[in-house]
Amino acid sequence: MKLKQISVFLENRKGRLAEALETLAQAKINIRTLSIADTSEFGILRLIVPDPDKAKKVLEKANFTVKENSVIAVMVDDRPGGLAASLRVLSDANINVEYLYAFVEKSGEKAVVILRTEDVDAGIKALKTAGIGLLKAEQVYKL
Amino acid sequence: MSRTDPLIEGAFWQRQNEVIERTFLEAEQLHHLKETLDSVYSNVPFYKSRFEKAGLIPGDIRSLGDLRRLPFTTSDDLRAAYPFGMLAVSKEDVVRLHTSSGTTGKPKAIFFSRQDIENSSDLIARCLVMTGTGRGDILQNMMTYGMFTGALVMHYGAEKVGALVIPAGPGNSDRQISFMQDFGVTAFHITPSYALYISSLMQERGIDPGKDLSLKRAYLGAEPYTEETRRKIEYIFGIDVYNCYGLTEMNGPGVAFECMHKNGMHLWEDHFLMEIINPDTGEVLEDGEKGELVLTSLRREAMPLIRYRTRDITRIMPDNCECGRTHRRISRILGRSDDMFIARGVNIFPQQIEQVLMGIKGVAQNYQIVLESFDDITVRAEISKDLFDGNIEHLLDLQTEIADKIRAEIIVKPKVELLEPGALPVSEGKAKRVIDNRTM
Repeated sequence: MKLKQISVFLENRKGRLAEALETLAQAKINIRTLSIADTSEFGILRLIVPDPDKAKKVLEKANFTVKENSVIAVMVDDRPGGLAASLRVLSDANINVEYLYAFVEKSGEKAVVILRTEDVDAGIKALKTAGIGLLKAEQVYKL
Repeated sequence: MSRTDPLIEGAFWQRQNEVIERTFLEAEQLHHLKETLDSVYSNVPFYKSRFEKAGLIPGDIRSLGDLRRLPFTTSDDLRAAYPFGMLAVSKEDVVRLHTSSGTTGKPKAIFFSRQDIENSSDLIARCLVMTGTGRGDILQNMMTYGMFTGALVMHYGAEKVGALVIPAGPGNSDRQISFMQDFGVTAFHITPSYALYISSLMQERGIDPGKDLSLKRAYLGAEPYTEETRRKIEYIFGIDVYNCYGLTEMNGPGVAFECMHKNGMHLWEDHFLMEIINPDTGEVLEDGEKGELVLTSLRREAMPLIRYRTRDITRIMPDNCECGRTHRRISRILGRSDDMFIARGVNIFPQQIEQVLMGIKGVAQNYQIVLESFDDITVRAEISKDLFDGNIEHLLDLQTEIADKIRAEIIVKPKVELLEPGALPVSEGKAKRVIDNRTM
């Protein structure tokens, strides 16, 4: 149930984000979703792509500092309180959420959220136990 | 790491000159000072008029203590004298020209007679022999050959002691590493910033410099650097690193050099008279006090210089050294009075910031200091590849750690920018650490 995510360190320089995205475009890697965490001095670009290993390789070759790590793709009801319910599950299980960001596409009637917990395995277990739908990597790439 | 070879103890190139008793040394210094003053007074119009303005003739200088009555020579004087104005011999007696570049204006033209080249080679030979380099050693000379003295003067001295010299120059770093592997290089001469760059390149290539190479020692010069940087380079390469000091105006490298005790650099006082002055007032300071190094050449023929302001900040270490050499030591160069900058009224040397950065895990070797106003310092540091784990909090923690530790050192809290590894220009010569964008 773990989904590979690519994190790219970006220094605060004009055009650096565009360069990263162009590198992926040249390798014909289609970004499924992304998020950017930033401070005034640097940022982290997080990406979900169909071929994370290839994405890591081409980015590193272009001198980007890249880290691959695991996240969880959670299906939530597309209604007020849908996401809150999932987060409540994690909170009750004492699992910290580091960050989350949304998927543009829906899975059927459900919205999809990419979520990173401090302990990814524990997060998966807690969500599953609570009956919350998770997506496998292949399902995410097909959205 | 320190692997000081006991065999080096007692190794001298010119033993008599190196362990000469101070009283004899001083007598010799006075003799050569008088000769030098006679030479510049009769041959260099610049000095003649300077002495006249000060109301002095060479005969007025009767003791070493009288030296301070003489006016200083500055790098501006050398620029104004470009091209031949400082020459004390006829052009026919000059065999080599070097220049020392400035950031502005004309270069300084520095001439060598045949004897000047012999002498500078001997001084380098002393330095190499006292740190264990000689016949059988293979020295890769990674300084810039050309107008800069760093490479050529070392080259001649290393040949003189019988080492095999590879005149690699800087750059083409993969080839540098292959040379080290293929020829079994035992010693190298390099700038500290380039040494750090080569070490990270080796790691990228999967080469363990401590195990896969035959390196024993490195000679680091041309830029001021900290003790932390020395230790780091010693540790990565598994070698001894010796600090060397020189300037083109005084032959280039080999003016002062560390012996195996690595505790200050012996300045060859039979060739140079040293003084430490307050850079603002020109007042001569006591041994042990920190200030600007002023040198008077005692044996240079082509272009002797009197009380030359080096702009380098150091102090004299008056105690005797265990190695037996009687030439006093200077501490590592703490900075150049040119490099020093002031922010929020505090005097700051880039080396202070470097020292802090080298002690922090997660920071790569390269850094830059950017000054945009008189109140703010921005320190730009490259993160190391291994540090990045995708977690923004770890980066924020690193940023805070850097800012806090720098503030503890220099009082001013800097803004810290974290850069991608390799973002800053790699220096293969002298690294440019301070970018001053301030306008007066």
